Amino acid sequence: MSVKLKTLADLNRVRASSQTKKTKPTTVTMCCGTGCQASKSQRVAEAMKSALASAGLANSVEVRLTGCHGFCEQGPIVVIDPANILYRHVTPEDVPEVVNKTIRTGEVVDRLLYTDPVSGRKIVKESEIPFYQAQDRILLSQNRQVDPAHIEDYFAIGGYSAAAKVLGGMLPEAIIEEIKKSGLRGRGGGGFPTGRKWEQCRTADGDEKFVICNADEGDPGAYMDRSVLEGNPHAILEGMLIGSYAMGANQGYIYVRKEYPLAVQNTRKAIEQAREWGLLGENILGSGHSFDVEVARGAGAFVCGESTALMSSLEGKVGEPRPKDVHTVKDGLWHKPSCLNNVETWANVPMIINNGAAWFAAKGSNGSTGTKIFALTGRVKNTGLVEVAMGTPLRKIVHDIGGGAYNGVAIKAVQTGGPSGGCLPADKFDLPVDFDTLAAAGSMVGSGGMVVMDEHTCMVDVAKYFLAFLQDESCGKCVPCRLGLERMLEILTDITEGRGRPEQLELLADLGETMAQTSLCALGKTAANPVLSTLRYFRKEYEAHIDGKSCPAGVCRELIRYEIDPEVCTACGACLKACPHKAISGKAKQPHTIDQDACAKCGICKDVCKFNAISVC
Amino acid sequence: MSNEVLEKILKNRRSQPQQLVEVLQDVQEAFGYVPQEAMTTVSRELGVPLIEVSRVAHFYKAFSLKPRGKHVVTVCLGTACHVRGAPRMLDQVKGELEIEPGETTEDRMFTLERVNCLGACALGPVVVLDGEYHPKMTPHKLRELIESVYAAEKEVTREC
Repeated sequence: MSVKLKTLADLNRVRASSQTKKTKPTTVTMCCGTGCQASKSQRVAEAMKSALASAGLANSVEVRLTGCHGFCEQGPIVVIDPANILYRHVTPEDVPEVVNKTIRTGEVVDRLLYTDPVSGRKIVKESEIPFYQAQDRILLSQNRQVDPAHIEDYFAIGGYSAAAKVLGGMLPEAIIEEIKKSGLRGRGGGGFPTGRKWEQCRTADGDEKFVICNADEGDPGAYMDRSVLEGNPHAILEGMLIGSYAMGANQGYIYVRKEYPLAVQNTRKAIEQAREWGLLGENILGSGHSFDVEVARGAGAFVCGESTALMSSLEGKVGEPRPKDVHTVKDGLWHKPSCLNNVETWANVPMIINNGAAWFAAKGSNGSTGTKIFALTGRVKNTGLVEVAMGTPLRKIVHDIGGGAYNGVAIKAVQTGGPSGGCLPADKFDLPVDFDTLAAAGSMVGSGGMVVMDEHTCMVDVAKYFLAFLQDESCGKCVPCRLGLERMLEILTDITEGRGRPEQLELLADLGETMAQTSLCALGKTAANPVLSTLRYFRKEYEAHIDGKSCPAGVCRELIRYEIDPEVCTACGACLKACPHKAISGKAKQPHTIDQDACAKCGICKDVCKFNAISVC
Repeated sequence: MSNEVLEKILKNRRSQPQQLVEVLQDVQEAFGYVPQEAMTTVSRELGVPLIEVSRVAHFYKAFSLKPRGKHVVTVCLGTACHVRGAPRMLDQVKGELEIEPGETTEDRMFTLERVNCLGACALGPVVVLDGEYHPKMTPHKLRELIESVYAAEKEVTREC
């Protein structure tokens, strides 16, 4: 039940009582983030509640539905505490057995255990899974302990204690000093020092100021902001409350992509709760500080992740960037001083206030402090969210945590930083992942996407993929980005379709440099990175496309053909049935053939052939 | 287009131009697209010139200016899905329904859409059918999914 907290003493009392609240002997924690929900975790949760009720265990077992734990590949995930048993790929049909065996008697259901793909060993305890063990999960571990719909869960892990500390008498300058000393840099991609940004906003002229949370996580292949906002929205609200107090703002906005409906829903609910409890609104906890937050939904424009475009979108306008000769900390939303930080940046703030700048700065390396969450995806065994100290070598992330190659195909690169980042080859995997090292290597930390690529990935196709993405998403306002991207994409299309010429490679580099120097916003300035980094590290692949008119990975459709070996084909009809383009013909007991004119080279036939009769050449 | 629905969307937002993107999102959600008449009403009620409303509706990908089919298939083409075979999912739907992304089948049953990332990257390739996520898709599973929609529709027609 919510009580409006009027003073700091009220908050301390509530926090103390939720920390000492008598807990039930067993807790079943079930991930209900977007990933696990896609794997139907909600049905498992319903089955669990009804199985516990009919077994008469509802009063002795706590069911906690949380946000993302990060191990999405294995979802739906169920963890039973205090024994810390983790079950994965749980279905509603498995639930009665879990209740009857594990919850009643402590017996482990072997088939639901996680098998480590590296050692082949079955692992009972969540804490012993290598994917988790090798991480430093200071932010993500909170997701596991909190039901985003219950503010009391957040109180129980110390929630709003940093806000209490700040509102209880910390000077705004002291807060900013603490953030500066922590070395926290923006987690959205820019890596700008957060404390400096706050200071500039605080000292900017203006009676009205705004704080904004950028949750327009548009980078394809990145979803850490979604998970943090969806799973632990109060941490962001607390961070923003602290920021608003330090900078003198009374209104905040959280700009979330509409493609994240659960994040929108959970954030709205958290704001409502915080208002009910008096943690948002007028005169918060009797401090004299007033602050409120609204959610705005992004409408599917990648460029709105850029600060000035986002603010324009918040004003209800087309999301076009503007020149930043005057920064948004001075002239932002409605021309007022505005401080925009990323979800993960805001989420780090309460921990820094609670544990001190030195604690945060002790993690990390090379001018990049603290931990960073990465979305490890693509052609690697363990995909999911990975939180590690800045400066952790790429190899540790890809091989130790990610478990290495997927389906036994050798890993050749990791794409970091999304469309503004680059591809780093396997021989660079000893590089520490921090803002400056990755930038020097031609890529960037970016928002934290890490897509693993193997020998089945064509790097020229990847570069073309990002260019096509960016060309589609460019707002078209400035000429270098609008025309530069179009021209680069034309060249890449020529190369992938067998019309490439060697001199085009120099032209690509030249265009990239011009765009970097003359584009209006970061979208255009960094747009050439995927091309330039693949040219730098995978030039041979470009040359194979241009000189040999071949695609070594067998991906670029104009340079390959699929053929059925009549000696091996058993005329089973699987490919004929599977081909969506009706390009395969054949009768019973007669080897099938592909009509090359109708074939779209999608490769679906090759995937379904059980006899390896189809080859790509 | 129901005026009552539009009325509900506009409540407490009149004469607030900054609400334009939010209002259009609600219109899109309620009607499945942004009808021309709705744009005219929104323009009048929020106090935003019609050309600006139209510009915003054209700029953001969330808005569809044409009515969509009864079912919407969305193929995620984010990087993680891309390297795990998302283009094949697009091939499957294009071949099976004979439409390109952004188009609707003649029987108005399906609209095919593409999205640049849904944030379910660890489960790629992901396909969304009418808001429900389908992880680790294969062309085969996708074909069965579309067939199941047609089968369910036939069942409904027979019952009627």
